[in-house]
Amino acid sequence: MLEIKDLHVKLEEEDKAILKGLTLTVEPGRVHAIMGPNGSGKSTLSYVLAGREGYEVTGGSATLDGADLLDMEPEERAAAGLFLAFQYPVEIPGVGNMTFLRTAVNAQRRARGEEEMSSTEFLKLIREKAKSLAIDADMLKRPVNTGFSGGEKKRNEILQMAMLEPKMCILDETDSGLDVDAMKLVAEGVNALRDAGRGFLVITHYQRLLDHIKPDVVHILSDGRIIKTGGPELALEVETEGYTDIVAEGAA
Amino acid sequence: MATRTEQIAAARGAATAARLAGQGLPAGGAWITAARRAALGRVQALGLPDRRDEYWKYTDPTPLIAPEVPSAEAEAGDTLFAAHDAVKLVFVDGRFDSEASDDPALAGLEIDLLGDAATRDIHWAREVYGVLEARGQSPVPRTLAALNTAMARDGVLIRATGKADRPVSLIHRHTQPASDAVLHHCVKLEPGAEVTLLEQGPAGARVNTVLEVDVADGARFHHVRAQGPEQGRRIVTHVFARLGEGSVFKSFTATVNGRLTRNECVLELLGRDGVAHVAGAAVGGADVHQDDTVFITHAGEACESRQVYKKVLRGGARGVFQGKILVHREAQLTDGYQISQSLLLDEDSQFLAKPELEIYADDVKCSHGSTSGAIDPVALFYLRSRGVPEAEAQALLVLAFLAEALAEVEDDRLAEDLRDWFDARLSQERV
Repeated sequence: MLEIKDLHVKLEEEDKAILKGLTLTVEPGRVHAIMGPNGSGKSTLSYVLAGREGYEVTGGSATLDGADLLDMEPEERAAAGLFLAFQYPVEIPGVGNMTFLRTAVNAQRRARGEEEMSSTEFLKLIREKAKSLAIDADMLKRPVNTGFSGGEKKRNEILQMAMLEPKMCILDETDSGLDVDAMKLVAEGVNALRDAGRGFLVITHYQRLLDHIKPDVVHILSDGRIIKTGGPELALEVETEGYTDIVAEGAA
Repeated sequence: MATRTEQIAAARGAATAARLAGQGLPAGGAWITAARRAALGRVQALGLPDRRDEYWKYTDPTPLIAPEVPSAEAEAGDTLFAAHDAVKLVFVDGRFDSEASDDPALAGLEIDLLGDAATRDIHWAREVYGVLEARGQSPVPRTLAALNTAMARDGVLIRATGKADRPVSLIHRHTQPASDAVLHHCVKLEPGAEVTLLEQGPAGARVNTVLEVDVADGARFHHVRAQGPEQGRRIVTHVFARLGEGSVFKSFTATVNGRLTRNECVLELLGRDGVAHVAGAAVGGADVHQDDTVFITHAGEACESRQVYKKVLRGGARGVFQGKILVHREAQLTDGYQISQSLLLDEDSQFLAKPELEIYADDVKCSHGSTSGAIDPVALFYLRSRGVPEAEAQALLVLAFLAEALAEVEDDRLAEDLRDWFDARLSQERV
C-alpha cells in the first residue's frame, strides 16, 4: 500500500539532510511502528508524506497504491487516502469544528468523483463517531482545536480520521501529552478503524502506545535510516534497554 | 516665496472655489435654507480637504472633491437582508423613488423625506440637520460632510418615539455612469426609542453620504450597512452621533471592493453609561482603497466604546484605519477598546493604521491594538492535509479572520447574511 524507497530529504532552509535513504513498505491490514530517538527524522517522514512545505526530496520515492505521493498537493494526497494525525494539531480560531469536517469530507468526495454527503447524513455519522471518542456536542461546535486540552486535540484528530476513512493512516507521536486514560481512549479509536484494507504507520518515541495499539512490525529509525526491523518484541527491547545499544549495534 | 502652509491654503482655496463654482443651494423652506447656508459658510471658511492634510495622509481626497464626477459603470448591487421584513426605501442615483418604495408608515416612527423639506416644516429636524455635522468640524475639519449638508437634495428624516416594529432599509440603485449622489439622513431617537437602519446597494458613481443620529437617554440605535461589490465607486460617508445617558449606538459596515471608500464615524458620548460600538469588515482586491476613520469622544462618565475593524487585502489593495479615542477630564470610568487588523493575502497589499488615544481622565480603561499578517501557513497546511483544496482552505481562513468583526453585529440573522455575502463574494473572486 505505502511504499517508500531510498527516500532522501533535506530541510530547505538549513540545507541539512534529515532522511538518508529510508525504505519501508506498509501492507494493507498491517500496523507498522516506527520508533527512534529524538532527531532521527520521525516527524520529517510524516510531514514529507503529507506534503508540508519546507522539505526538499533529493532522492527516492514514496507511492500510495502505486500513485506518486511526492508529486501531489497535500489535498490530493488526502483524497488519495492518506491521513496524518498531527503531533501538534493546529488551532484554527473562527472555523467551527463541524464546518471544517464537513468541508473536508465533501472536498475529498468531490475529488474522488463521489456524491457529497447530505447534512443529515453527515450529522448522523459525526454524532455516532464522536460518541465513541467521548467528544461532546460542545466540542464539535467550538472552533477547530481552539482551547482544546492536549487529550481533546488528539481525540479530535482520531475523529477526523474516523470521518475521512483513509486507506493509510500515519500517527505522529499521538501519545505525546496524553495521560493513560486519554491514551486508552485514543487507542480504542484507532483500533476500531483497523481492518484488512487499511494500513497504519505509528510513529512514537515510547513503547507505551504500542501496548494499546499492537503493531505487526516495528522499525527503529536512526539518523534518517531504518537500522533494525522486527516484531513487537523489538519495542520491548527499546523500553528495557534504550536506544543507545540498538543504535550502536545498527551503526556497527 | 510662499511657505508650505500658504501653498496648501492657496491650493485648498482654488479647489474649494472650483467645486462650488456654479453650484446653487437646493431650494427649500426657511429652516433648511438657513442650515444649508451655514454649512456652505463652513465649507468656504475651512476649505475642502487637501491630500497634504494630516487627516488625509493615507487617502487622496481629490476624486471626492473634483468638479467633474469620475464616471463609473452602473452595476446592479447584491440583494442582502432579503429575509428581513423591513420598510424599504429606494433611492436611484441618489434620488428617492417613491414608486419602488414601501409606504413609510410604521409604528413608532415618523419618516419624512429631505426632498419634501422644501415645502414642509419638519420641526424636529432643525435640531439635528447639520447640527451634529457642525459639531464634528472640530478638532478636525470634515468639510466634505459640510458640503453634503449644503448640497444634499434627498435622504430620510426619521423620528422615533418608541420601539420600531421593523427595520428601515435604504436600498440604493445606480443607473447613470456619472451620477453624483449626495444623500443626507437624520435620525432622532426620543428617550427609550429603538430603531434599526439597514443600508445597501450602489448609490452612484460618486457618493457623499451623511447620517446624523441623535440618540436620547435610554434609546438604542442599530445600523448595519453593506457597501459593494461594485468596483468603480468613489464614496465618502460620515456618521455623526450624539449619545445621551444609558443609550446604545451600534454601527457595522461591510465593504467589498470600491476604487475609493472613506467611512468616517464621529461619536460623542455625552451622558453616563452610554455604549458606542462601531465595527467593520472589508474585503478588497486590485485598485481598492478602503479607509475607516473613527473619532470617539468620551465626555460622559462610565461610558463604553468599542472599535473592531478587520480588512482582507490582496492584489495591491490598500486599507486604512485611523481611530481615535478622546477622553475628557470628567469622563471617569471610561472603558475604551480599539482593534484594527488586516490580513494581507500578498506582498503588494498594504495596511496603514493610525491608532490614537488622548486621555485627560485618570481613572479609565483604554486599550488598542493593530496587526497586519498573512494567512497562517500551518493552518493552511492543516486544512489541506484533510483534503480541503488550497483556495477553499484560504477562503475558510479569511472568513475565520472576519468572524470576530461580524460577531459585533448584534442580530444573528443579519450577521449570517453578511457572512454569506462575504462567502459568496470570496468564492466568486477565486474562480
